Amino acid sequence: MAIAKIFVANRGEIAVRIVRAAQELGIATVQAVSAADETMLAARLADETAKVGPAHASKSYLNADALIAAALQTGCDAVHPGYGFLSENAAFAEKVEAAGLIFIGPKAETIARMGDKAEARREAQLAGVPTVPGSDGIVTDVAAAQAAAEAVGYPVMIKAAAGGGGRGIRIADDADQLATLIPQASAEAKAAFGDGGLYLERFVRRARHVEVQILGDGTRAIHLYERECSLQRRRQKVWEEAPAACLTHEQREALCASAVKLAERVAYRGAGTLEYLFDEATGEFFFIEMNTRIQVEHPVTEMVTGVDLVAWMIRIAGGERLSLSQEDVTLRGHAVEARINAEDPAADFRPHPGTVSALEVPGGMGVRFDTMLYAGYQVPPFYDSLLGKLIAHAETREAAIARLARALGELTVEGLPTTAALHLALTRNDDVRRGTFHTGWLEEWLKGRPLAGDRAEPGGAPPGQTDAGQTEAGKESR
Amino acid sequence: MPKTTIEAPIPGTFYRAPSPEEPVFKNPGDAVAIGDTVGLIEVMKSFTPVVAETAGTLVAFHVENEDAVMAGQPLYDLEA
Repeated sequence: MAIAKIFVANRGEIAVRIVRAAQELGIATVQAVSAADETMLAARLADETAKVGPAHASKSYLNADALIAAALQTGCDAVHPGYGFLSENAAFAEKVEAAGLIFIGPKAETIARMGDKAEARREAQLAGVPTVPGSDGIVTDVAAAQAAAEAVGYPVMIKAAAGGGGRGIRIADDADQLATLIPQASAEAKAAFGDGGLYLERFVRRARHVEVQILGDGTRAIHLYERECSLQRRRQKVWEEAPAACLTHEQREALCASAVKLAERVAYRGAGTLEYLFDEATGEFFFIEMNTRIQVEHPVTEMVTGVDLVAWMIRIAGGERLSLSQEDVTLRGHAVEARINAEDPAADFRPHPGTVSALEVPGGMGVRFDTMLYAGYQVPPFYDSLLGKLIAHAETREAAIARLARALGELTVEGLPTTAALHLALTRNDDVRRGTFHTGWLEEWLKGRPLAGDRAEPGGAPPGQTDAGQTEAGKESR
Repeated sequence: MPKTTIEAPIPGTFYRAPSPEEPVFKNPGDAVAIGDTVGLIEVMKSFTPVVAETAGTLVAFHVENEDAVMAGQPLYDLEA
């Protein structure tokens, strides 16, 4: 039941990536387009396009019924969800299959199970994968808290059982601090939530974000090593690498083996990523969550392993067995990816849609630019600000960063500001070059306004927009 | 009474309420003071409030909730 025609239920650079993979496999493509996306690059590259609704994503790329109707109408036999939008929506996967189409991704039940954080944590524990240590349930008094903290390990985070969103979190470095903080935290939780129940979790002060790429065919799974994505701003990844330079060989082998155990335990099908928190001080890693889809930063893994992840997703969905063995996957060199966003780094990363009046794309050995851009393209304001990803691959990390700097220098996007200037500054930063950073590093560094004055302010900003107006739309699910 | 038409400062999606569960910022007939938030415009998942720079009475909206707007497109009419 090999796939003959794929419906691309996404947009932007990932839609381009999917269309390209399909073309190389000899598979026809139909690109979903909202009213704002008829001129996008993926629509130009695909064999056909199908209108799926108005500009607003809730009425187009998030409208399961419209997408499935369009896929059926255009004679497709499979749907690729990309990342974001409906890619991790179990109900969508189920509807796609119920319509007689192939969902290019895991089974709906796997998406549902691994999408539930508590359930995923339980599965990880059952597979023998370490999770962030915590108290076994609620701690009721200081003595119980101290006993629990002894097992969890200091420093510990005190959280309100009824709370959420980080409210009322306290950090205790030792048993004495815990004795002081527990009554305060309990009283506060009682006042705020009507419930004084508390629980403890290990606090990792300088965490690094590492994640393991896996591929499975529903029976067997392999890993494609790990990535490090510690450079983040507002919990959005900004710069990613493969492999994670902070790991020793033994740590890498243990981390990747744990990911395969969990993937095989849930009979994983397709491409997936297991996210971990790495404590550099102790060398421990803890599973946090699983993403049951392709990720934005997948190209760094493709560069260092030579494995086409999107092609494999399609082949597995078409019924092929995973013919790669773990021994077939070897690491070669180092890859770094810079996310190029339509944001102004000199003006608090204000998003800035507009028309690309001119475009010069970097080239040369080891350089890859996965993008939605072309000269003359009008970037619509309705979707996220990712324009593309500039990836540099070389024999060593140092050489990959030098190559990225060279490629960033060649990149010209005229007509709107991009985050290229941020990345150029990062390639020159000593902490980045040494690899001595953690998930809080980038925001701390940005507080020193290292990029202010790169451009005149606020000349490039849209009129009438104020700094105070920026609020977060919430964590992007990608 | 002089009528002023307020235009969208930036392109994006216009919202009349802070979230779908909450009441709208302003209804036709409401008084608008300088500094009042009349709506939100979402640009690339960032929300920017539409803040009144003129006081008056809101007469009518030119756009619906969740409409796509272009910069310079009329948003609402105000009577001073």
